[in-house]
Amino acid sequence: MSNESNPAGRTLTLRVLRHNPQDPDSEPRWAQYELEEYEGMTLFIALSEIRDRFEPSLQFDFVCRAGICGSCGMVVNGRPGLACRTLTSTLPAEITLAPLPVFKLIGDLSVDTGAWMRGMSERLETWIHATEPTDLHNLEERMEPELAEQVYELDRCIECGCCVTACGTARMREDFVGAVGLNKIARFRLDPRDHRSDHDLYQLIGDDNGVFGCMSLLGCHDVCPKELSLQTQIAFLRRKMVRVS
Amino acid sequence: MKIVYTDVLVIGGGLAGLRTAVGVKQRGLDTVVLSLVPAKRSHSAAAQGGMQASLANSTMGTGDNEDVHFEDTVKGSDWGADQRVARMFTHVAPKAIRELAGWGVPWNRVSQGEREAVINAERVVITESEQAHGLITARDFGGTRKWRTCYTSDGTGHAMLFALGDQTIANGIPVMERMEALALIHEGGRCYGAVVRNLVSGELTAFLARATTIATGGYGRIYKVSTNAVICEGTGTAIALETGVAELGNMEAVQFHPTAIVPAGILTTEGCRGDGGILRDVDGHRFMPDYEPEKRELASRDVVSRRMTEHMRKGKGVPSPYGDHLWLDITVLGKEHVHKNLREVTDICRYFLGIDPATDWIPVRPTQHYSMGGIRTDHRGESTTLKGLFACGEAACWDMHGFNRLGGNSVAETVVAGMIVSEFIADYCGDPASDINISTGLVREFVERQQAELDALTSSSGNESATAIRQRMEEIMIDQVGIFRTGEELDQAVTELEDLLRRSRNLAVRCPAPGPNPELVAAYRLPKMLKLALCAALGARERTESRGAHFREDFPQRNDRDWLNRSITTWPAAEASLPRLDYEAIQVGDMELPPAFRGYGARNHIDHPDSPARQAEIEKILVGVDPDDRHARQQALMPFVHLLPEKYRPRNQRLETSA
Repeated sequence: MSNESNPAGRTLTLRVLRHNPQDPDSEPRWAQYELEEYEGMTLFIALSEIRDRFEPSLQFDFVCRAGICGSCGMVVNGRPGLACRTLTSTLPAEITLAPLPVFKLIGDLSVDTGAWMRGMSERLETWIHATEPTDLHNLEERMEPELAEQVYELDRCIECGCCVTACGTARMREDFVGAVGLNKIARFRLDPRDHRSDHDLYQLIGDDNGVFGCMSLLGCHDVCPKELSLQTQIAFLRRKMVRVS
Repeated sequence: MKIVYTDVLVIGGGLAGLRTAVGVKQRGLDTVVLSLVPAKRSHSAAAQGGMQASLANSTMGTGDNEDVHFEDTVKGSDWGADQRVARMFTHVAPKAIRELAGWGVPWNRVSQGEREAVINAERVVITESEQAHGLITARDFGGTRKWRTCYTSDGTGHAMLFALGDQTIANGIPVMERMEALALIHEGGRCYGAVVRNLVSGELTAFLARATTIATGGYGRIYKVSTNAVICEGTGTAIALETGVAELGNMEAVQFHPTAIVPAGILTTEGCRGDGGILRDVDGHRFMPDYEPEKRELASRDVVSRRMTEHMRKGKGVPSPYGDHLWLDITVLGKEHVHKNLREVTDICRYFLGIDPATDWIPVRPTQHYSMGGIRTDHRGESTTLKGLFACGEAACWDMHGFNRLGGNSVAETVVAGMIVSEFIADYCGDPASDINISTGLVREFVERQQAELDALTSSSGNESATAIRQRMEEIMIDQVGIFRTGEELDQAVTELEDLLRRSRNLAVRCPAPGPNPELVAAYRLPKMLKLALCAALGARERTESRGAHFREDFPQRNDRDWLNRSITTWPAAEASLPRLDYEAIQVGDMELPPAFRGYGARNHIDHPDSPARQAEIEKILVGVDPDDRHARQQALMPFVHLLPEKYRPRNQRLETSA
């Protein structure tokens, strides 16, 4: 196991932006906690320790704690990312944590990405639109192996919300579908099982809340924890949508 | 008092819960899903390596069918499974894969022609047929005779959960996030819904339903180190237990996965070994062939985990500040394969260990992974003792896994059980017997009781810390109710857990903040977790044999003569400190596959006296049946098709049968 980059025996200072909107007396404030760092410590471990030892009311969201479920997006030293898989050894000894902006604050580091994502999915109808019901008993429809892999590549989005947080348009337009939404359209467009045409898709994303709202600042692409090709997908979709417009 | 009415209340938003909701919605019923987290963040997303279904498309799956899958599953269960349920499952699994394909899961596909693979640490060439090109392919997993595990890279659960999550949205099914069921509402042996706490506002609501379904996953987090998500605390199972009516089955059957990374406890998929990865010790020696010459790294999980622990006990582990571990070596698979087909593993190694698994060995150790035990149901998914309560997925003891489940069979169970159970729920809801004829006064009593318990915690003058008690419970479970168990240690575990449960009635919650209050949440969940821990520890102490994942060093033999049964626990009264333990016999006379040697692990079981008789009977029955008609032979031995909902009865087409 290599962790040679980890400076042993550091004391970490975690500054956490705190606020409980459920409590009328709560005001947004910075709270500061000190922790002894040890090898392999992640922000999940650090925050859990703070809650167990000093601050039982501290709110944050972890589920898989393995970088798979997308629950723990937060702003770490100014940059959106997944806290669970961030080793403290990759950060300076002073660590600033804030909740993801754009999304509704639940409390402290916890935000409501679920309602946002559901709203986006309902608007863009992010599911397969098939013309025939699936035959469960007979051989499945064939698909080229490479195509299945390409679809999976775009299917890897975990809806963590980091791209929305890093997006200039999303800050200005409340209804912008974000890179997460556009990537989903690219994913279903690629999937032969979805029978929607580009004309159909244009109805969903052919405006400034869709693909034409993107200013190509590409913050989304830079912060995506799954390293999805968001830049390429948005540019490609834009070309296709211009063609049918 | 807020009351919400629906036909089907589904508690849990993972694969099993969502598939159940979609099923009943498509039957025209109203349904509401409650989830602790946004549904797509459920632990189902963490299933990596794949889902078993006997499609037999790939060359290495040729000859596979429901019969082989059934046999593997029953042997894997160490004959603890309900064989009819295992049959229902293996019959519907191919349909589930095909349904999910229709919903957009990008299953990896067969590519015709030659390709390289690694089998038993050697490079081999596999030739895929032209007629299979483009059909769904499969990889190898432990305890299976064919390559049967269908996959999307190593993000199978994610792809399945997102497809099903999107179907849930497409069907307009409300998923209420950050909602936790605290208690079931029941009277006279019938369940009417649940008292539910909003985890954001702290408010309580009564949900009343014709049918209530628990699909809340496993209880891995009662252990100190678990691959499970942090929300897998078993509270859904616990609220069923706390009714005093619903039964839990086989709570001592807890699976340890051989390869979780050290120290984080995060899973690396069985696909690593399925694809050809091997295990090495401190000397770099590949040790599994020494113990398991037949299946090597690909024996069932219980066997591999025990062999690894046994090997480390011999001093062959790799010392580390976090205790000994072994190495998982997938460098033999080559960079391209690792970075493409084991992407999540690559990411996990990169972020949590700072290594590249294509070039570095991965430090691994057996870690708590799966709960075979759960709410005991009949083959329809309904509680055996509490009418109107259904359960499916890991939360249930349905019981297709017995004392050990095969890799790839649990993610398959989630959707297959969801398909089957939702049909039976819909049937039940069509019956006037499911009418919600309960007084609001009784509902109020249930809500007020929960509110009073919460108020008691926040106003408590108690002096016990939930964190301290919980940590002790987790240690007891991993140290004394782990891979290797002894009567003496289990006895200590039961005694100390009882004490912890008593102490948990005197908890102090210092934070009075309204709303989410994570301290309060930890406090009210703790006694529920302790009760599950006690069910597991007591079941393990009393089961004086070894079966599947339950291994007693003082009783190392599987003992079919005395222990071919299911452990059944119930909670006798609110103030009790121990569950009541009963046993449900498993009848050899009904079995299609009578107990025998599994083909891996130790060969030293004690026979059931009825086994030879049943074996003779089977041979006699088969004399009169066409040896080439496998369906007829199966039907003659143990009919099961009539148990399935009608829409799932047709046979599964395969390449060999399509010509």
